[in-house]
Amino acid sequence: MLFEGRAWKFGDNIDTDVIIPARYLNTSDPKELAAHAMEDADPTFAARVQPGDIIVGGSNFGCGSSREHAPLALKHAGVACVIAASFARIFYRNAFNIGLPILECPEAAAAVNDGDRLRVDAGTGRITNLTTGAEYTARPIPSFMQEIVARGGLIEWVKARLESK
Amino acid sequence: MGMTITEKILARHAGRETVRPGELISARVDAVLANDITAPLAIQEFAKTGVDRVFDPDRVYLVPDHFVPNKDIKSAEQAKVMRDFARARGLTHYFEVGRMGIEHCLLPEQGLVGPGEVVIGADSHTCTYGALGAFATGVGSTDLAAAMALGETWFKVPETVRFVYEGELPEWVGGKDLILHTIGDIGVEGALYKAMEFTGPVISALSMDGRFTMCNMAIEAGAKNGIVPPDEKTEAYVRGRAVRPYELLQSDPDAGYARTITYDVSRLEPVVAFPHRPDNTRPVSRATHVEIDQAVIGSCTNGRIEDLRLAARVLDGRRVHDRVRLIVIPGTQRIYQQAVDEGLISVFIRAGAAVSTPTCGPCLGGHMGILARGERAIATTNRNFVGRMGHPESEVYLSNPAVAAASAVLGRIAHPAEVVK
Repeated sequence: MLFEGRAWKFGDNIDTDVIIPARYLNTSDPKELAAHAMEDADPTFAARVQPGDIIVGGSNFGCGSSREHAPLALKHAGVACVIAASFARIFYRNAFNIGLPILECPEAAAAVNDGDRLRVDAGTGRITNLTTGAEYTARPIPSFMQEIVARGGLIEWVKARLESK
Repeated sequence: MGMTITEKILARHAGRETVRPGELISARVDAVLANDITAPLAIQEFAKTGVDRVFDPDRVYLVPDHFVPNKDIKSAEQAKVMRDFARARGLTHYFEVGRMGIEHCLLPEQGLVGPGEVVIGADSHTCTYGALGAFATGVGSTDLAAAMALGETWFKVPETVRFVYEGELPEWVGGKDLILHTIGDIGVEGALYKAMEFTGPVISALSMDGRFTMCNMAIEAGAKNGIVPPDEKTEAYVRGRAVRPYELLQSDPDAGYARTITYDVSRLEPVVAFPHRPDNTRPVSRATHVEIDQAVIGSCTNGRIEDLRLAARVLDGRRVHDRVRLIVIPGTQRIYQQAVDEGLISVFIRAGAAVSTPTCGPCLGGHMGILARGERAIATTNRNFVGRMGHPESEVYLSNPAVAAASAVLGRIAHPAEVVK
């Protein structure tokens, strides 16, 4: 999984209400949700984000609600990957479950500037800043979560488990 | 080394003698929960598993409580997905408008969560049930769908941080102030990925309602779960109410904790969290300059009978300030009925408040109390993020119900003692 795109830099504690405000949660349609992604942090985000772009957040990214609509909105807005210093735990789990790659890398989270071009290898955790030339390595993904990803997400994992029962 | 109550509950549900923090385990769940925002997604994912039946129709709880009574056509369609699913799968515990409540007030009240159980809910405030001595945590819709099919889910066993509260609570200071003080101290990621265990003489003296309030907000410190080791009060609450046998587990004296933090609460004031984070806290005496447009008393944090009694004590014989809208929302139908029987609802109406059927609406900017640009609210809810109650340029201040009521009377954030002499 290799991505290349523009970095959208945000700060610490980007919460799920900012990622997708609850006023839009009267639907589960990912396209409708995507149209409002990050709206309360940057109202122009949904209109300007390009497929392959990468969100770079600070610590505790995705804190707040359990709403899976948050990673869904980002994914369907075209965001290829989220890099943050740390993630809130429900968001972390949800992102894997729906197939949005996320990487914990405090060094990259601190150093990347808004608008830098990044190349990310989600498999190895290698992050290259094509603008500055700097390279970073994200924390390895726990093997159990890699297994879920390898099986094609949680629902596929459940199917395999049901068949083995 | 011994185990904490959180580790013990997880070990039992994983069919193991012991578990250690950091281990990944697969655990049986006693019940799973979703609401009208999270259930439709979960139902869609559940369908993809190809499974026809939920693991146990008695243990899948569906509570429409966010956008109901439906605020628009889209939310009506969402609620219908949930209702149809509940009927088609023969779920025992689906709660229709008029018989429902805010999920985290309702399930404990109905005895649907017991001490020693593992409960997951597609709502981050599922951690509320830790007040019963259960392991309860929020998950997303896909995790919930998987658990509806399997009756189990995976967990990383969290480390536990132990909080010990000593001293005596001053008047007007309660569970909400204890948890806001704690979050203010450790920060919104102070317990990231961890269990928060609340103990000490102050917790022993605290009511069940106060304990629910504290565990409810564990997620606001990033925690996986909050938990109060069960005692006689817990047992008195669940006796005759719990729908399943329960088990009162305790942390071992030699259990391993990541940290122990002790607070002396004797000089604590009511606490207010300023925008836009629950850890941006100040004592109420340093908040009394803040004028407000709206006050909201309710939510899964503070919509219980004790909260309404506290608000009524402040509002009795007084009027809501001309400039202020006060919205009071009992957490469940039973709480609403009790508030009617005790005369609390009359106190609210005479004071000039709007009283609503149970809903999560205003807490998350859904409906029933949305703020316009530049408006300010004090609320007994749990989050004050940007845009949480409406316009991204509005502000939410968090407090206990007595402070919210006093603020509604004076039109600015106020200490209850300023109103009740």
